[in-house]
Amino acid sequence: MNIEDIKKPENIVYKKTPILTDNVMHYCPGCSHGTVHKLVAEVIEEMGIQDKTIAISPVGCSVFAYNYLNIDWQQAAHGRAPALATATKRLNPDKYVFTYQGDGDLASIGTAEIIHACSRGENIVVIFINNGIYGMTGGQMAPTTLLGMKTATTPYGRDAKLNGFPLVLAPMIAQLDGTAFITRQSVHTAPAARKAKAAIRKAFEYSQKGIGLSFVEIVATCNSGWKMSPVAANKWMVENMFTKYPLGDIKDVLKQE
Amino acid sequence: MAEKILMKGNEAIAISAIRNGADGYFGYPITPQSEVMETLMKERPWLTTGMVVLQAESETSSINMVYGGACCGKKVMTSSSSPGISLMCEGLSYLAGAELPCVVVNCQRGGPGLGTIQPSQSDYNQCVKGGGHGDYNAIVLAPASAQDMYDFVDTGFDLAFKYRTPVIILADGIVGQMMEKVELRPEKPRMTEEELKAIAPWATTGKSADRSYNFITSLALESDVQERFNQKLAAKYEVIKENEVRYEEYQTADAEYLFVAFGCSARICEAVVDQLREEGIKAGLLRPVTLFPFPAKRLQELSGQVKSMMSIELNLGQMVDDVKLAVNGACPVGFYGRQGGNIYTPDEIVEAFKKFNNLK
Amino acid sequence: MAFKGAIEVDTQKCKGCGVCVENCPTKSIELAKMVNSKGYHYAEMVGDACIGCSNCAIVCPDSVITVYRVKI
Repeated sequence: MNIEDIKKPENIVYKKTPILTDNVMHYCPGCSHGTVHKLVAEVIEEMGIQDKTIAISPVGCSVFAYNYLNIDWQQAAHGRAPALATATKRLNPDKYVFTYQGDGDLASIGTAEIIHACSRGENIVVIFINNGIYGMTGGQMAPTTLLGMKTATTPYGRDAKLNGFPLVLAPMIAQLDGTAFITRQSVHTAPAARKAKAAIRKAFEYSQKGIGLSFVEIVATCNSGWKMSPVAANKWMVENMFTKYPLGDIKDVLKQE
Repeated sequence: MAEKILMKGNEAIAISAIRNGADGYFGYPITPQSEVMETLMKERPWLTTGMVVLQAESETSSINMVYGGACCGKKVMTSSSSPGISLMCEGLSYLAGAELPCVVVNCQRGGPGLGTIQPSQSDYNQCVKGGGHGDYNAIVLAPASAQDMYDFVDTGFDLAFKYRTPVIILADGIVGQMMEKVELRPEKPRMTEEELKAIAPWATTGKSADRSYNFITSLALESDVQERFNQKLAAKYEVIKENEVRYEEYQTADAEYLFVAFGCSARICEAVVDQLREEGIKAGLLRPVTLFPFPAKRLQELSGQVKSMMSIELNLGQMVDDVKLAVNGACPVGFYGRQGGNIYTPDEIVEAFKKFNNLK
Repeated sequence: MAFKGAIEVDTQKCKGCGVCVENCPTKSIELAKMVNSKGYHYAEMVGDACIGCSNCAIVCPDSVITVYRVKI
């Protein structure tokens, strides 16, 4: 059987979901954002909830997420997405509401908003992209930047005395009674991406159970900011980021012991 | 006959929100306006109209909850006092930049900084000229009574949706704390989903099959796109200036001297006008009800009639600049003010008036 | 049961990041010597070892890969 015989519509096993628009993403080659966007889009398609989903985009590289997913979007001020999501969900309890935020947005300027949304147990989904750097503004230190990691504002590497320590948010919010599901995933390999997608789906499902906030952290790369090729960035992430931010579920209130 | 109830201005805001079909209130405690949220929490409208009430973790969060609710096409509001409004200015800029309707109540207190908790009108510039960054205006309503507080919630939502713009009710500690009889107007139900979709087809209600997806943003990135948007806003503000100027006049028909005052100051100035007229001095008062749009045309007309104008404000002289711009040198414009939460008596205004006009 | 697969790459949208290449278990993808209109060496299928597992497509940040699979 030759290749052209295989390439027939009836043999398609994977194609771009229609929840993704046809716009070419502005992200750098190999950027994790595109992969996570796709996984979220696929979950929305598979759950059949396009008409019931309202998304909040942050400030940062993914500010333009509203160009890429064919769903209703609100674009928030820097760090404030959980506040928008809070009101949106409370005013529309039957809708699926999620925020999509980077580490600068969520773990730095928006710390109050995320902590209190978690504490109040808002029935929303938070997708948290942790790549340890500010991508949009040109590679400055993020709260999650690893010690020793070089960025535009830590040109000699992050020094705990000068810059403080990396902020590890997921275990912090796991202590809050208002959170239902907290997990840390990545999307650098196909198995990892499939697991991440399952976690995102679980988070969406949990958000309709009235049991509190679901938080999916994706440990991600910023190969431009890290000044590496996409493939090298994935390798560096596995060797360095995963030590500080290990993958796996951190909290699941519905998990049977 | 309509029911009249004795209540504080702040309570009137809360009761009016419930009775006029507000969908959500998001706030943070601050003196002298905490009664707004306290009243809402006591009334529990979520059990009756379904209105959402939430105490946020900060004013920053409150205004962004309002932003989120407004994105959904809902009638949402918040209230605060001066320092809290400073925190909300970021959100107000975004609301204006995304052309979202909402009502924000500022029950002003003395500043700058933490200031006092007593009444003031020193946020005129902040609320009327913008406050947040970028070229924008909010419609600003200045209540002078508890009844105004009640009525302006409804008026505010009407204007906010008509023009897709934030509306600020610029009150003060006196109007908020003062108890007066308030006539409860007929109730308005909350918008149905169908009504919402008709009035706000742009809202993020979930992408249905019959339309392309809605997104709400204040981001342009490209200079030409941003400039076109700025000019669109400017055109909208011109329409607002043309159609929505509101003011009240008192004894202006034969006035030779005009006081200009808003909010609580206007009420004090009514007494001043009466006092001066008893002395045979033909004084009058113009009370701007909308501070943006400002009743500049009417002031311009009156500048040909009166010998002088005087702006009376609980600040160091803010609105007086707009009065001067309106009359453009056609008559002398004076100012008298008190600060720090102090309030003038009619007598001291009369004295300042006579001094300014060289009268005995 | 064995599978035979093929992929179709939207070469104009591909940014040539190479993440798919790393994730292919049968080494059936390479970056082309040619570039697209943006100057990227786009991904392309090579040889006939593809099993249609979709690994390349699911990790593709720009969702430019369509995967076909038949049982043989």
